[in-house]
Formats: sequence, structure tokens, C-alpha cells
Amino acid sequence: MDGEPFDVPEGRTIAAALIAAGRVSWRTTRAGGRPRGVFCGIGVCFDCLVVVNGVPDVRACQRVPADGDVVRSQRGAELPG
Amino acid sequence: MRVVVVGGGPAGLAAADAAARAGAEVVLVDSERQLGGQYHRGTAQRADPRVRHLPESTAWAAEGLRLHVRTGPADSPHRTGRVLDADAVVLATGAHDRVVPFPGWDLPGVYTAGAAQALAKGHGVAVGRRVVVSGTGPFLLPVASSLLDVGATVTVLEANGVTGWARHPLAVPQKLPELARYARLLGRVRLRTAVVAAHGDDRVTSVTVARLRPDWTVCDGVRVAVDAVCVGHGFTPRLDLAVGLGCDLVDGFVRVDAVGATSVRGVYAAGEITGIGGADLAAAEGEVAGAAAARAPDPPIAALRAIRRGRRFAAALAAAHPVPTGRHGWLTPDTLLCRCEEVTVGDLHAALDRGAADGRTLKLVSRAGLGPCQGRTCGREVADLAAARLGHPLPDADAFHRRPFATPLRLGELAQHPEEDP
Ligand SMILES: Cc1cc2nc3c(=O)[nH]c(=O)nc-3n(C[C@H](O)[C@H](O)[C@H](O)COP(=O)(O)OP(=O)(O)OC[C@H]3O[C@@H](n4cnc5c(N)ncnc54)[C@H](O)[C@@H]3O)c2cc1C
Ligand code: FES
Repeated sequence: MDGEPFDVPEGRTIAAALIAAGRVSWRTTRAGGRPRGVFCGIGVCFDCLVVVNGVPDVRACQRVPADGDVVRSQRGAELPG
Repeated sequence: MRVVVVGGGPAGLAAADAAARAGAEVVLVDSERQLGGQYHRGTAQRADPRVRHLPESTAWAAEGLRLHVRTGPADSPHRTGRVLDADAVVLATGAHDRVVPFPGWDLPGVYTAGAAQALAKGHGVAVGRRVVVSGTGPFLLPVASSLLDVGATVTVLEANGVTGWARHPLAVPQKLPELARYARLLGRVRLRTAVVAAHGDDRVTSVTVARLRPDWTVCDGVRVAVDAVCVGHGFTPRLDLAVGLGCDLVDGFVRVDAVGATSVRGVYAAGEITGIGGADLAAAEGEVAGAAAARAPDPPIAALRAIRRGRRFAAALAAAHPVPTGRHGWLTPDTLLCRCEEVTVGDLHAALDRGAADGRTLKLVSRAGLGPCQGRTCGREVADLAAARLGHPLPDADAFHRRPFATPLRLGELAQHPEEDP
């Protein structure tokens, strides 16, 4: 995540892994550049978005990472690539 | 005879099992990796072995009795597309937390009560060390209890009193054993009190805790240092597929008859999309709807009785935990309403003052509800605030839950040819 290696227990979501490691935010909003992390926790609010292997708009509270996935914070609205 | 059930929570599981017992071929579609929905999170459930369970599968649209599904890791562009045709569909898509906005509710460290619950129960993770749980309804108790289990210090603020329950003596005894489980929380609950503002720069560091009048207007408040706040004001049903199919609603929930049939032929509904009453009621409704969908000759009598009992509790719950309009006084002009598009209370008022008088126009002028969550989080509150300022309800209040796509989809996925499921 953002260049830092993470050991994630099997079945744990990206969001749960980040919160367990003490992070509360990992995205900035499009208009105000405000920080966001988890809000609803069940895939409804889209606050928790991250970029996974170059693909933006992935809900961290829903996505269980695979070994070797490269995850980073999402800044505003991003295009894939 | 093929029955497709959408949602693997208590309602959907019971529906799938009942339909399989009645001899139908059953497919159970659920977006989670493990069955159980919100209630059974962290304790994987098993369906009847005759049920074909599709995990990590999201029904993103329904066209009559045909469902469009994508299977694979959440939001991955590499999911598999599938089309499922059914003779009957049971919708059991559940609910999500309702949260009423307050200044600072968009700060990191402010969570829904359900988020804290899902992280604690599902992953053993605490959202903070010093946590305030605030809102209304008995759901705050299991949330606080799970937070204690994962090592947090917890205070529970219930915005209503408990006297509302005294008017429903028949509803309470069935829940006493459950209540007893929360005895250790007794000294930690404060009534007629709420978090009415959260403070901090890049995360919440303190909250204003206020004593409330019965209409939720503020008497007085004090600042309290916290590292997380969990807020819940009841639940909002996940109606996307039901509304998309044209199912009639009543009081904001899917209207069903005694066996769970909706107004659309072949479409049944069960669980919290038909009313909020807890996991036991959801399971009983699922069993009845699943049997009916599979055209079982007789409805399950015990489940019908459980539904009558559960609905008594649900009615008492709704009456004892209202969300009155004094909450609008907590807002300031720069409080965010729509978290996605960053639309403030002031922006909403400006749109109304420019003449927006229906939900659709209000969305287009203010942009509230047009972001990635498509108004799931703010829609109800935007409609309420607009009605309060206009002096009458919006003519099309359902504008905020009309979502032809039940979940976002990438253009590349839409362009792919789905597999036909035989
Ligand atoms: C976050 C959260 C945590 C909760 N925790 C508790 C608790 O600990 N204790 C308690 O008593 N009550 C809890 N509740 C209340 C809970 O809603 C009910 O008690 C019960 O789980 C309702 O059962 P259900 O079957 O109606 O819905 P749910 O249990 O919500 O199940 C619905 C299922 O449908 C899936 N789904 C939704 N839409 C789609 C779609 N389009 N495609 C595929 N799948 C879909 C969801 O992912 C979910 O798995 C919680 C509620 C929430 C929102
Ligand atoms: S926290 Fe709401 S979608 Fe992930």
C-alpha cells in the first residue's frame, strides 16, 4: 500500500488491513481534496476508494487483496492506467 | 422450476433453503465471499447442499425475471459476466445504516455503526480506542458490545428515551434474552444525548455531545475527546433492484403480501427491504417467501407465526426510535449533505431558492445524489430537508432511489458478452 509492504490475514479486506495498521484515511475528494477512509463499511457509500494494480475506484471495504496486489491511495477522480 | 435468490443474509439464506426443500432448482447470488449477510458476519453460514451458491457475485440489474450478474473480486474489471433466467426471483438485499448528517460527519474517523460492527465482527478490528456510539435504536447495543470485545472503550448515546417501549408491552418480552446479553453496557448508555458535531482537521479528534429535547433540538453541549465516532439512526433498505423491477413501495419499503409476493408477478421480497425488524424476522420472511416462490403447497406455519411476532416488534421499534426534525438544527450552511459531490446545506438551499421543486431538478441543479454512491447515503436526508424548506414533500421523493444499475460497472464490463447460464 503506497509502497509499503503489508501482511494481510486471509479474507481480510484492504480497508480492515489499513485500519488495523492505524490508518484512517487514504483517499482525497475530487472537489475539496478532503481526506476520506471507511464510512459505511459495506460497499454502499464509495468513500473508501483505492487504486488496485492501476485500476481506480475499487472499494477498499469490499476488496480482499490477492498476493502481490499493488494498492495506492486515490487522489480525486482518476483514470485507469 | 428455477428460483433465483439475491442476497445471502438471514432472509436470502432461509428463502434459498425453503425453495430447495420445496423441490425447486435454486441459485443464491450474494456479493460477499461468505454467506450470512450483515447479521452472521464472521461466522460463515451454509446453505442447503442442493442450493447453488454464487459467492462474490453482484446482481447489477434485473429485467423482469432475468438477472445480470458479475462474479469476481469487488470492482475488478476481470469479473465474469452471467445472465440468469428464473421462474421466480426472491429479493433479499437487506439494508444499510441510515445516518443523519451533522457538522464534521465527513471527517475520517466518523463511521456508521454498521461499519464498526462489520470491522469488529468480520475482521476483529477496532475503529479506535476511545469510541462514542451515537444514534438511535437497539442496534447500537450489539455494536458497542463488539467494540468492547475488540478492546475499545465505549460510550453509547441514545438520542431517544426508552419510554416509547412502554406503550408496546407485547413487543418487549421476545427480546429480553437478547437484551440480557448487553447487561455489561448498562453503565455506558446515556439517553436523550447525541453527537451533534465532530471536530478535527484531517480526522476526528473530538465531538460535541449534546443533551436533546424529545424533538432532538439541542439543550446544551460539551466537547469530548475521541478517536472514533460510530453513528446509526436506523436503516435504509437497499431497494435498487426492487425499484428497477417496478415493485410497489409502501412507507419506503417493498410492499409484500402475506407470503412475500411483491406487486410484480414472479418477484418476491423478504428481510429488511420489506421493513426493519431484525434477523429473526428476516429469516422467517425468507422461509415463507422462498416456499411461495417455489410454489410449495403449504406455507410454513411456524414461520408465519414468527412473522406476526416479529412485525409487532418492528412496529414498536419504529415508534420508539423516531428521527424527529429537531436534527435539522444541528446543521450549518457549510455542513456537507452529499458526501460524494461535496454538496453543502447552503448549496441545497440555493438550488431550492432558484426554483428546484422536485427531486430530479434538485439533483441536477445541486448535484446532490449524482456521485458514485448515487444518493444512497444522502438521498433520504436531502428529500427531508427540501420538504422542510418547501413546506411540502417532493412530488418524486423516489428520485433518490431510482438506480437502474444496482452497482457501478466499468464500460469494458458492459461491452463484454455475458455467459448465458443454462
Ligand atoms: C453493516 C451492518 C451490520 C449489522 N450487524 C448486525 C448485527 O451484528 N446484529 C444484528 O442484530 N443486526 C445487525 N444488522 C441489522 C441487519 O440488517 C439485520 O438484522 C439482518 O442482517 C437483515 O437480514 P437480511 O437478510 O434482510 O439482509 P442482510 O443481512 O443485509 O443481507 C443482504 C445481503 O444481500 C447482499 N446484496 C445486496 N444487494 C445485492 C446485489 N445487488 N447483488 C448481490 N448481493 C447483494 C448483501 O451483500 C448482503 O450479503 C446490521 C446491519 C448492517 C447494515
Ligand atoms: S466504506 Fe462505504 S463503500 Fe467502502
